Amino acid sequence: MTRKQKKTLLRIVLAALLLVAAALLPAEGLWKALAFAVPWLVIGYDVLWDAVRGIAHGQVFDEKFLMAVATIGAFAVGEYPEAAAVMLFYQIGEWFQSIAVGRSRKSIAALMDIRPEFAVVLRDGQEEEVDPEEVSVGETILIRPGDRIPLDGTVLEGQSSLNTAALTGESLPVDVAPGDRVVSGSINMTGVLQVRAESAYEDSTVARILELVENSAEKKARVESFITRFARWYTPCVVIGALLLALLPPLFVGNWGEWIHRALIFLVVSCPCALVVSVPLSFFGGIGGASRVGILIKGANDLETLAKVDTVAFDKTGTLTRGVFQVDAVHPKELTADALLDIAAAAESRSNHPVAESIVAAHGGHIDPARLGAVRELAGMGLEAEVDGEIFYVGNGKLMAQVGADWHECHLPGTVVHIARGREYLGHIVINDQLKPDAREAIAALKRLGVKQSVLLTGDRQKVAEAVAKELGVDDLRAELLPGQKVEEVERLLQSGAKLAFVGDGINDAPVLARADVGIAMGAMGSDAAIESADVVLMDDKPSRLPLAVKIARKTMRIVRENIGFALAVKFVILALGALGIADMWLAVFGDVGVLILAILNAMRCMLPVE
Amino acid sequence: MKKTFKLEDLDCANCAAKMETAINKLEGVKKATVSFMTQKMTIEAEDDRFDEVVQAAVKCISRVEPDCRVILK
Repeated sequence: MTRKQKKTLLRIVLAALLLVAAALLPAEGLWKALAFAVPWLVIGYDVLWDAVRGIAHGQVFDEKFLMAVATIGAFAVGEYPEAAAVMLFYQIGEWFQSIAVGRSRKSIAALMDIRPEFAVVLRDGQEEEVDPEEVSVGETILIRPGDRIPLDGTVLEGQSSLNTAALTGESLPVDVAPGDRVVSGSINMTGVLQVRAESAYEDSTVARILELVENSAEKKARVESFITRFARWYTPCVVIGALLLALLPPLFVGNWGEWIHRALIFLVVSCPCALVVSVPLSFFGGIGGASRVGILIKGANDLETLAKVDTVAFDKTGTLTRGVFQVDAVHPKELTADALLDIAAAAESRSNHPVAESIVAAHGGHIDPARLGAVRELAGMGLEAEVDGEIFYVGNGKLMAQVGADWHECHLPGTVVHIARGREYLGHIVINDQLKPDAREAIAALKRLGVKQSVLLTGDRQKVAEAVAKELGVDDLRAELLPGQKVEEVERLLQSGAKLAFVGDGINDAPVLARADVGIAMGAMGSDAAIESADVVLMDDKPSRLPLAVKIARKTMRIVRENIGFALAVKFVILALGALGIADMWLAVFGDVGVLILAILNAMRCMLPVE
Repeated sequence: MKKTFKLEDLDCANCAAKMETAINKLEGVKKATVSFMTQKMTIEAEDDRFDEVVQAAVKCISRVEPDCRVILK
């Protein structure tokens, strides 16, 4: 609690005791009024003072002014206990609001507690502890177990496990060794690491994430702007209603005291606080809760759109697939599968093309470099290699046709590498990008959430795309797209009226991410372009975070709607009952403070984790 | 130019909304946000009038909530 909050709490307790004492006092008439005026002043002097200052500044519809008028009015019509109690409960409500918001702000800050405090730099062989902002690119930083990695960089020396949970929500540690990239904000767990800093602090992942979360409050949701506009009209309207109620009916039916009493009830419920605080609090909680599981949402407006998404378009490579090639099948004609793979691996052993690497990886064993003689790259076709003294051709169908080998297509989808010894066809190897293990489940989960359509947009070949779409249960696909055509496909989907989310790996999808209703970048740890252009960033590269993000967004929107509906309903019912003379001051206090507290408690649920 | 200021003792959400409306009406302000949740004010205004705008914004804030203080760095 801050000092101001403690002081207010003290005044609340004191005023409550004085109020009870005043109620027990057998005083009558003016003495009774005075007895209740004491707690009223103890709890309300600052409200009264602010009200006076407010009027001086022309703030007529200031809630403090209205509270002052309501309670003074209550004294005037002889409702002394009510007058003091309204003021007391008003202050309790304000106090609670301040505590609740402070608490959620703190717990969200704690969720996002990824800011590195210091960096240990090696300068001229000396260890020096400095602010992360003072480290320049290219310097070597030393990271001990338990320390947070201050800057993005590459491991020079040492091996360790990193905990990236604060960034990605993934609790499984990541092992790193020399040559691996490390991301700022993760925690070094086991060994000492020497890391070459590769970005200045302000460009590092951790600084970008913090900036993004802190600025998310700036991008307001439509419902939030609506509530603010509504609040601007609500208070004046209720106050005018109160004035009319106090002045008009008594002209015809008399009984001024009763009508003023009814008008005061209007004033007590004239504050739109419950609405105005609970909506941003809900969004703040939802965005904070999402960031805990590695889902960064850039603004309340993006969360609002995410909740409404009915069509999801996916990029393939790196999004639904791992972007890592692996040998799927080896189809030899006469040799054994191992012998064919051995020849191909030997021929490709000097190449660093991903396909070549996957063949070498599948071979697994040691390849004697002496086996491989001269190698000639044949652009767009493959290569001619001398292995164990014989000439082999390893490449695509075009190459086979050119050397005159008796080759045939494979029935499996994927990248097919054919092998020939001279003109003799030996067989082929099928290589495929591997699906992410949770991709299928992610798409099924989206369907269960009521997402109507899923579309695969890829630059890959039709046959490969079809196989992937079938495997994953994607509804529709567009293959062999150039980057510009992806934007056109997205435009077409948008024109058909879809609320479209596009999910990409963020590396070459920036224009598409920007064009979709919600652009979602995946596996974005360390990718600047993705953090810039997307609306939602999934720090992890798991597609299953996507249905989770939708769930969080929907839950937040549901809570926002609940609060708006509940607060408005209660206020209007009390206004109606008040005008008819059925509601009393106590009910009005509930309509103000009670609703506020309930709405805040409900809004705080947004922070809770979604299963 | 765009700058963010911390606000102290910003106690009510409705006040934050009122401040935001008032500051956005100031001359020279391109966009201003007052966030009750983060207790921060962001002002985007023309460079040559920036200080003047900030002064006026501070006045708006104390008019709505006298206790609220802007931390000017």
